[in-house]
Amino acid sequence: MSDLLTLAFTSFLVQNIILSQFLGICSFLGVSNKRSKALGMGLAVFFVITLSGIVTWLIYYKILEPGGITFMRTIVFILVVAAMVQILEMAIKKFSPLLYGSLGVYLPLITTNCAVLGVALLNIQNNFTLSETVVFSAFTSLGYTAVIIIFSYIREQMLKAPIPEGFKGIPSGLIAASIMALLFKGFVGLI
Amino acid sequence: MAKKKKRLTPKQNVIKGLIKENPTFVLILGMCPTLGVTTSLENGLGMGLSVLFVLILTNTIISLIRNIVPSEIRIPVYIVVIALIVTMLEWLLQAYIPSLYASLGIFLPLIVVNCIILGRAEAYASDNTIFDSLFDAIGMGLGFTLGLSTLSFVRELLGTGSVQLLGFTLFEANVAASFLVQPAGAFLTLGLIIGIINTIKADKAKKKKAIMDIKIAAALKKKAEKAAALKAKEELANV
Repeated sequence: MSDLLTLAFTSFLVQNIILSQFLGICSFLGVSNKRSKALGMGLAVFFVITLSGIVTWLIYYKILEPGGITFMRTIVFILVVAAMVQILEMAIKKFSPLLYGSLGVYLPLITTNCAVLGVALLNIQNNFTLSETVVFSAFTSLGYTAVIIIFSYIREQMLKAPIPEGFKGIPSGLIAASIMALLFKGFVGLI
Repeated sequence: MAKKKKRLTPKQNVIKGLIKENPTFVLILGMCPTLGVTTSLENGLGMGLSVLFVLILTNTIISLIRNIVPSEIRIPVYIVVIALIVTMLEWLLQAYIPSLYASLGIFLPLIVVNCIILGRAEAYASDNTIFDSLFDAIGMGLGFTLGLSTLSFVRELLGTGSVQLLGFTLFEANVAASFLVQPAGAFLTLGLIIGIINTIKADKAKKKKAIMDIKIAAALKKKAEKAAALKAKEELANV
């Protein structure tokens, strides 16, 4: 149990997916300029990563490995992710039009978010058990959501700052992310 | 086939990808590997060339099948094509350059979801000829390689004090700011490089505008003078 707790902390803070693993940077820079957008994207990513993490783990260990076709994992995983996104989109549309209104736009973008495929591959690479996979997927994606929401607050404030013309937008955002990454390094001492 | 834009020659096409639409510094695409693997020049170059390899094959194949694939399912088809090529590349690297395979790690299979590849497939190869798509891929791939090697060169030089390539030491400095090879340093270096490029570009545009303004002012003055002269002539004729 304590192992799982450590894993949760590590994946949430210390090995944060954006600030130390560099996965999902495109969407991080793309949607973090508005608070509402960041929240929507963060939640959508949380659902997709957690579900696809579990499904790809099951497929890898129940189908690919017994069949001796583990080399197919990249192709199979990306198809699973794409299918998951489609199914989730349809399900949310049917059961919660309200939620669909806020998440709908972000779902199609998630297929090519490298955080999703990245977590699925990391689960396999680290030889996780199923329970570890669940914890790792959920907390990694929560780490993504937390960082993207915090960052959207910072960027909204940065709009008011007198930044030189050439550094407006992405460059200053990257520099702010650098400071945030340094701060997150401080969490290493936590464990 | 109707073309909106003028067709570029192969050379222009390559230069476009390398400088004008450089994927790393101008289009800001494919950020994950850009930040993730650029701790050393060797890794940066390896990643850049891997993407170049994948991009050339996918752009050519997608351009080849662009008229066969129904447009409703084109994105899944593109993704499968890309995933196949990336899997091939994984085997090749695992067999022939295992050290690079190990150091690129998870970023190698993640080329599948690299925005540059799907982006070029969708934006360029899906409605251009094979020949054009091939050169577009070469330009974009080289541009990405250039971006990655610049970033990794700066980070390795300042972060470790020396730059290694294929076992040779290219540069050596006595000071090292190990901060730059850490994740935070990646964000900082890339932010600074893009910022500097944008500043230079803005300056150039300003100068160009200033020159244009002078030219326009001169032209307007000339026009006014001409009109005045014409008016004077007319008045002279009336008198």
